[in-house]
Amino acid sequence: MRLSGRQIDCIRGGRGVFSGLDFEASSGEVLAVVGPNGSGKTSLLRLIAGLLVPAGGSVVLEGGEAELTLPEQSHYLGHRDALKPALSVHENLSFWRDFLGGKVGDVSQCLTAVGLGHATHLPAAYLSAGQRRRLSIARLLVVRRPVWLLDEPTSALDTAGQDLFVGIMRDHLAGGGIIIAATHAPLGIGARELRMGGGK
Amino acid sequence: MTALAALIRRDIKIALRVGGGALIGVLFFLTVTVLMPFAIGPDLALLTRLGPAILWLGALLASLLMLDRLFTADHEDGSLDLIVMGRAPLELACAAKALAHWLAAGVPLIVATPALGLLLNLDAAATSAVALTLLVGTPALTFTGMIGAALAVTLHRGGLLLAVLVLPLSIPVLIFGVAASQAAISGPLSFGTPFSILCALSLVSLVVGPFAAAASLRHGLD
Amino acid sequence: MTLIDLANPTKFLSLTARVLPWLAGATAILLLVGFYQAAMAPDDYQQGATVKIMFVHVPNAWLAMFVWGVMSLAALGTLVWRHPLADVAAKAAAPIGAAFTFLALVTGSLWGRPMWGTYWEWDARLTSVLILFLMYLGLMALWRAVDDPSRAARAAAVLTLVGAINLPIIKFSVDWWNTLHQPAAVLRMGGPSLDKAFLIPLLVMAVGFSLLFVTLHLAAMRNEILRRRVRSLQMMQASQQAA
Repeated sequence: MRLSGRQIDCIRGGRGVFSGLDFEASSGEVLAVVGPNGSGKTSLLRLIAGLLVPAGGSVVLEGGEAELTLPEQSHYLGHRDALKPALSVHENLSFWRDFLGGKVGDVSQCLTAVGLGHATHLPAAYLSAGQRRRLSIARLLVVRRPVWLLDEPTSALDTAGQDLFVGIMRDHLAGGGIIIAATHAPLGIGARELRMGGGK
Repeated sequence: MTALAALIRRDIKIALRVGGGALIGVLFFLTVTVLMPFAIGPDLALLTRLGPAILWLGALLASLLMLDRLFTADHEDGSLDLIVMGRAPLELACAAKALAHWLAAGVPLIVATPALGLLLNLDAAATSAVALTLLVGTPALTFTGMIGAALAVTLHRGGLLLAVLVLPLSIPVLIFGVAASQAAISGPLSFGTPFSILCALSLVSLVVGPFAAAASLRHGLD
Repeated sequence: MTLIDLANPTKFLSLTARVLPWLAGATAILLLVGFYQAAMAPDDYQQGATVKIMFVHVPNAWLAMFVWGVMSLAALGTLVWRHPLADVAAKAAAPIGAAFTFLALVTGSLWGRPMWGTYWEWDARLTSVLILFLMYLGLMALWRAVDDPSRAARAAAVLTLVGAINLPIIKFSVDWWNTLHQPAAVLRMGGPSLDKAFLIPLLVMAVGFSLLFVTLHLAAMRNEILRRRVRSLQMMQASQQAA
């Protein structure tokens, strides 16, 4: 499986964020998108996720399921946690499992895997920022998607959480997955770098 | 189908739990209805005549105000991104959200109508006529209002802009809703004609609303 | 027993656990006696048996206003003295007050039915009670809208006090609005010239319903304290790391 972008231009709010960007990542590979604030890391991820429309160029996934689009085969872990405080931890995760669909796993097991096994019945409102992030990460586990688009995935995680997440990413790569992560801090895992904003 | 059922279940749960606003709409409906006699005067004969119009206006404003949060809440916490990316077609996901909203916020308005009919001195026949037209007409309000709610999210403006966008769209529903109720109460028109048109409006909005909302969401998120 | 002692929720719980059964018993006895006396009371020469609705309506209407008074006091407790039980008291009182107000409305409209020919007339008294009911519901919606009880308490306290100041103004405006449109008042109560045969059961019922309020209020406060304990226990549990 290979994810590649050719000559991508991105314009947001009338401002050119980046142009002529090329990238590629194959199965089992991490592409770390690095660069200063405003260089378009988040825009690139949202563009791959289909949430932004490129002004030029295209992103293609080769070797995926033919009848599904790239966004439908991707997980997007953004700055916002996509959690509902009024629902319990378990309800939050099982909603995303049912909604996203495809190959799904067991909710309770995934919660235990991210260290939230003790809090499944509690409202998500009671979780700390780090725990909310762990719950978002559980979403990556409960529904199987080959492409992971991660925006600052380790922010708000403590050291134990970061170690845990490195393990989760390793498993995903070992299963032939692709990870594209925008990050400031080192991911703790061998990655190819895509440097943004260098041309300006 | 599981995806859509899950979405409907989740939205209803959130609306009914602490912090959810499903019942505030009923309270608003009640308050608006109670305000009217203070402006018109406590003349029961006059209130009876205006009753269907008052109830329809109240229900219209209540369902409109609650629509403000239809997509905004999901947009703010990032859920909307994932819903757009999901494998369920966005049109159907929008329709599911609107359906959940109607079940949690629209149906209570209809349930509250008899109590409010009492305040406006409507008899049982008139009250059931209004309740019936609301039952058929409020889906149209929700599904056309959804377009405004989707636009409001992509424009990052809610509240009054939504009202200004959606209120003109709901004029036909108001016309035929009140006309059907009045026809059932006093004539001279037959109840059937405006009621059928009201049904038709609802059915059209069931189709147009989700497509328009999905189109504006798909190209407006950034 | 001073207010300071009661401020400790644990002491409050143990004290109310002892007091509540007695209160509940006294309430039941008084209400039973009151209902019996009310049933035995003679019919009014004008209104017939419908006058007996008064025995339920008047105590409920009086409690509808009294409970707002209790909440205003609790609101002062929250804002001025920062008494730890004040917002619990305010929150617990709102649904009970709303229920009494609702009963006053229902009995009022049932009472009015034979006289007006309709269940509802925009009579000044009933209309004021209806507005009070709306304000109770608004307050309950406010409590429900905010998850964190101490934050909700501030907002609710301000709203309660503003409501307490506004209620006489609303009452005055409604009276004025009503007389403007309807010179002849529809419903006149017996006034202070109430016969003894009515007065005594009415007083018994008033005391009975007041005790009912105290009983329900204390029980609801206990529930609220326990609910908050559950909440903080859950938050503690959430913050524990998995072993």
